[in-house]
Amino acid sequence: MNAPGSSASRLSPLATVLLLIGAAIMLAPMLWTLLLSFKSNAALMADSGAALSPPWTLENYAAILQGSLTMQWLVNSLIVATGATVGVLVLSSLAGYGFARLEFPFRRTLFVVVLLGLAVPEQAVILPRHQLFAWAGLHNSYPGLILPSLTGSFGVFFMTQYFRALPKELDEAALLDGASRFTLFWKVLLPLTIPAQATLGVFTFLAAWNDYWWPLISATTSDYFTLTVGLASAQMNYAQTSGLGFLMAQAVFASIPILIVYIAFQKQIVRAMAGAAVR
Amino acid sequence: MTTAAGAWRERLAGYAFVGPFLAVYAAVLVVPLIMGLYISLNNADLFGRREWVGLANYVQAMGDPVLHQALGNTLVLALLIVPPLTAIALMLALALNRPGRLAAVLRGVFFSSLVLSVTIVTLIWRFILVPDAGLIAEGLEALGRPPIPFLSDPDLVIPAIAVTTLWWSLGFPIMLLLAGLQQVPGDIYEAAALDGASRWTVLRRITLPAIRRTLLLVVMLQTAAQLQIFGQAQLLTGGGPGGASRTIVLYIFEVSFGRWELGYATAIAELLFGMILTLTLLQYWLVTRHEEPRP
Repeated sequence: MNAPGSSASRLSPLATVLLLIGAAIMLAPMLWTLLLSFKSNAALMADSGAALSPPWTLENYAAILQGSLTMQWLVNSLIVATGATVGVLVLSSLAGYGFARLEFPFRRTLFVVVLLGLAVPEQAVILPRHQLFAWAGLHNSYPGLILPSLTGSFGVFFMTQYFRALPKELDEAALLDGASRFTLFWKVLLPLTIPAQATLGVFTFLAAWNDYWWPLISATTSDYFTLTVGLASAQMNYAQTSGLGFLMAQAVFASIPILIVYIAFQKQIVRAMAGAAVR
Repeated sequence: MTTAAGAWRERLAGYAFVGPFLAVYAAVLVVPLIMGLYISLNNADLFGRREWVGLANYVQAMGDPVLHQALGNTLVLALLIVPPLTAIALMLALALNRPGRLAAVLRGVFFSSLVLSVTIVTLIWRFILVPDAGLIAEGLEALGRPPIPFLSDPDLVIPAIAVTTLWWSLGFPIMLLLAGLQQVPGDIYEAAALDGASRWTVLRRITLPAIRRTLLLVVMLQTAAQLQIFGQAQLLTGGGPGGASRTIVLYIFEVSFGRWELGYATAIAELLFGMILTLTLLQYWLVTRHEEPRP
């Protein structure tokens, strides 16, 4: 990463020490969780400080792999987050191209209406949406869990900006060659937006994976719980420490997929952010 | 093909591309938004009963002591979270906006908590904060001190939720501010260095003004997010002890799914919507009122 201006100055020793302390504060809670997850529930009942010393065990993780519910919740989360990501990418790319490149009546008005959505907090729609979905029979279903993620105005705004930045000569050349609007979009322009798709996709996946409020009220049978809701119910059910090790193993287990996504796409996120900043 | 037919095709193509999103947007966002205004004017329950009561729900909200307490808790939380979060994120972004291995690793560390869900975050922090097995209690025990009941002391519960939220929310503001810092042209700094400006002067006169829009964005997004704080309170304390950590959205949840008073809950949600919109516009106006209009 380039650092205009500050690249010449090195971190002072004091700043370095403060940063390392800060990093320790960030990491300590995660390490504590990891340690607790490797202890048997019984050992932790006696004293949770035991987590700091061996013996450690994998029994909590074995219990997760045998118990079907956590796996079911993991699958649900994967389906919902993937569905939301694919949906947002498809709808935002189509709409972004339409708003950026095509002329049609009410284009500007409709774009403003979409942008106004950025100012609508979830709270303003979540209860009536719950009513609407109950009426449509969408609760406790994957479409019911995915659809609310697809209303995000940000994706459309983001993709519109991105398509606008692509040179118009590309369109003209392709159309002269007799390509249809859709071929132009699909074969010529869309491949150029892959960096933007990666950024939007990662953030959509993260948001859908971690969403709590909507699945909490929409998925009421444990078959359709996502990991966030399932773990919340487990957290509520356990008495303070009786299943501590198992609970922490579930937390670690539930974080693994999202950590993989994050680590795999970290470079793209940073590059896309820097790229957006250059423009 | 005539030009008229071509224009027609172009129009149809336009609607074909924007139509799918607009259909979902209308059905799942616009319709509920309008429904909400209507429901808030009714005595409604979760099962479809509707009885027009005009503004009665809003009048009830004005005199509801539980809502007033929740509003107070939410505002205190937002004040304990947004300013420190912005300041810490700014300091970290300034420190980490440089090349090198160490800075890259530290960026990864400070971004990391942002990928966790609220359920995991509260699970982790519960077993840091609780007095009978928590990490802090273990540390205090090692020092021969009694544990502190962070989550059951009415004076400590709000700061405890604030710290949890700070830990969770740092990553995204740092990312935004780093992107903002990258935008500041390097030659300004070179000119300032030639003039012999101190680091403090450079920060105050050049860097901060250059990223003020990014700072505004961070404050606006965080204010809107923290006024809707819900999961941390619901999962860590259930709003307790004695309502000391009940937030507005937790109250909305209780009224709608605990008491089934959908009309009243929706009215509170509309009030919160108005509050968020007002505060966001106010922040925007305060920061941009002296600026030249943007092209």
